[in-house]
Amino acid sequence: MELDITLAREFYRQMLLIRRFEEKCVELYSNQKIRGFLHLYIGEEAIATGVMQALGADDSVLSTYREHGHALARGIPAKRIMAEMYGKVEGCSRGRGGSMHLFDAETRFYGGSAIVGGGLPLAIGMALADKMMKRDRVTVAFFGDGAVAEGAFHESMNLAALWQLPVLFVCENNRYAMGTALELTESETNLANKAAAYKIVSRQVDGMDVVAVAEAAEEAIAEVRAAKRPLFLECLTYRFRAHSMFDAELYREKTEVAEWKQKDPLAVLKMRAETAGLWAQLNADELEEEVSAIVDEAVAFAENGTLESLSDLEKFVYSEEAAQ
Amino acid sequence: MSEKMTYREAVRLGISEAMEKDERVFMMGEDVGRYGGCYAVSMGLQEQFGPQRIIDTPLSESAFTGAGVGAALNGMRPIVEIMTVNFSLLALDQIMNNAATLLHMSGGQFNVPLVIRMATGGGKQLAAQHSHSLEGWFAHIPGLKVLTPATVQDARDMIGLALADPDPVLIFENALLYNAKGELDTAAAPLPIGKALVHREGKDLTILAYGINLFKALEAAETLSKEGIEAEVIDLRSLRPLDDAAIMASLRKTHRVMVVDEGWKSGSISAEIMARINEQAFFELDAPMGRVCSMEVPIPYAKHLEDAVIPQPDKIVAMARRLMEAI
Repeated sequence: MELDITLAREFYRQMLLIRRFEEKCVELYSNQKIRGFLHLYIGEEAIATGVMQALGADDSVLSTYREHGHALARGIPAKRIMAEMYGKVEGCSRGRGGSMHLFDAETRFYGGSAIVGGGLPLAIGMALADKMMKRDRVTVAFFGDGAVAEGAFHESMNLAALWQLPVLFVCENNRYAMGTALELTESETNLANKAAAYKIVSRQVDGMDVVAVAEAAEEAIAEVRAAKRPLFLECLTYRFRAHSMFDAELYREKTEVAEWKQKDPLAVLKMRAETAGLWAQLNADELEEEVSAIVDEAVAFAENGTLESLSDLEKFVYSEEAAQ
Repeated sequence: MSEKMTYREAVRLGISEAMEKDERVFMMGEDVGRYGGCYAVSMGLQEQFGPQRIIDTPLSESAFTGAGVGAALNGMRPIVEIMTVNFSLLALDQIMNNAATLLHMSGGQFNVPLVIRMATGGGKQLAAQHSHSLEGWFAHIPGLKVLTPATVQDARDMIGLALADPDPVLIFENALLYNAKGELDTAAAPLPIGKALVHREGKDLTILAYGINLFKALEAAETLSKEGIEAEVIDLRSLRPLDDAAIMASLRKTHRVMVVDEGWKSGSISAEIMARINEQAFFELDAPMGRVCSMEVPIPYAKHLEDAVIPQPDKIVAMARRLMEAI
């Protein structure tokens, strides 16, 4: 992938938006404007950014509870995500889902699952439907390293390979399942090997480098689409913040976090841009302002949003058209 | 047009009619294809519709049930067969956390038109891991619909009703009913989901039942009739939604009511029905409500023990007499 100024700017802007959006979320959480669980993606921005840019509008995305980055990179407007955090009607799930359950039909974003590994069987079904209807779509399923310990992961790998389904599995290996290190939970810590055992083509990529992720994702999605079979992409990454806002982070050394921060995806991209002589043109300050404006607008939109009327509380338990 | 067939044949007919009508309909589950279905329901369907539409799955209840949810989200009309209700517990995450909740969590954006069929109930000496009746548990969950076809007519009709529904529908087929024969009116309009049906009119007490216990209740009603007690027997048909109106209407006529439910008493659908009667029609009652449920033990293997655990006509008769004796 040739890093030109357009691409560099777009990648930087996208990652910056995710970063600043979530930093604002922390602030709002501390001010009790948003509640519930809040799982931050900070440090992992390169993955969502690199993968989503390789997708077409018809492709489907399934995400996890650490999903703000995925949702933003997929193109759900920041203000609709923020309104969801506020529990407002204008939120992308009408205030029914919150941070962990963002949904958006327009961008084919199917959540937003708080059950670790719970979205993987859905990805199998989404892709099965595409295969049966002979559609040229790819389903992308994001999940963390913790999910590989779940039965649903293994059942889904088996079905994807057995039925040759067009799914791209994107494993965001940030080394910790909540607070427990991968070494303490997995007999095989090379997760790509696990998928390979199911005869799924599998690769590892540096998840801190957006260009590397974008290249790997483009290649992978093209392969899935052309060959009509699954592919497993393990992105090696790290989250800079705690698992959630309730996490005292007693399970890892501060030095380890500091070491990984050296590989901050924004810094890595900056370095790449500098090497290519693009950094000055990229105009990071301007992007900061642009992103800051989007975040401010999102907060204002959420603040001014509407609370669902209690009379509509029981809506969406069953479809309205089913009235019998 | 009426024809006689088994419950098994009626379910199969419902599936094949739906598949002929709509190319989005497909079925998947363990042994549904080459084997012909664990209870031979899908025998011959793979030859008729091909392995792309009658899909054999591995022993992966979580993944293939979840795949049903995903396929439903993406425009298909899947029928997932889970071999027995006991195995559905392996898929409970997908049924409850995804199928039942996605519409609500997405603020109405994504409905899940999924049908899940499974065998339920005891009586074949299969012991505790193959004999339970957990449909009442599923009826606890908002977002799901729970159907319990008792008759050949419903065995066929409910497949079409469930597929036409935009929301996830679970169909519980009592395993002992598969060989039962009955009349199917192929031309009749199906009775909608959520409607109970009066099977036998009576003035003295109401017996509410579903699935195989409908027939045990009808047998008990015959015995009672010889003693001069006329029981009204109602097939609930649907456990969620429950037809409160039909239940209360019958009670207003008979003023005595009992529920026959193969689930355990504690936290059961029978408990829910009695609570609703208490809330909605307490002053119609001339006697305390009664119920015949499974005894509170895992279903045992030995025949005499199993027979003693699950509801039987004599127990229904005994309960009815008790209701009639109460002042």
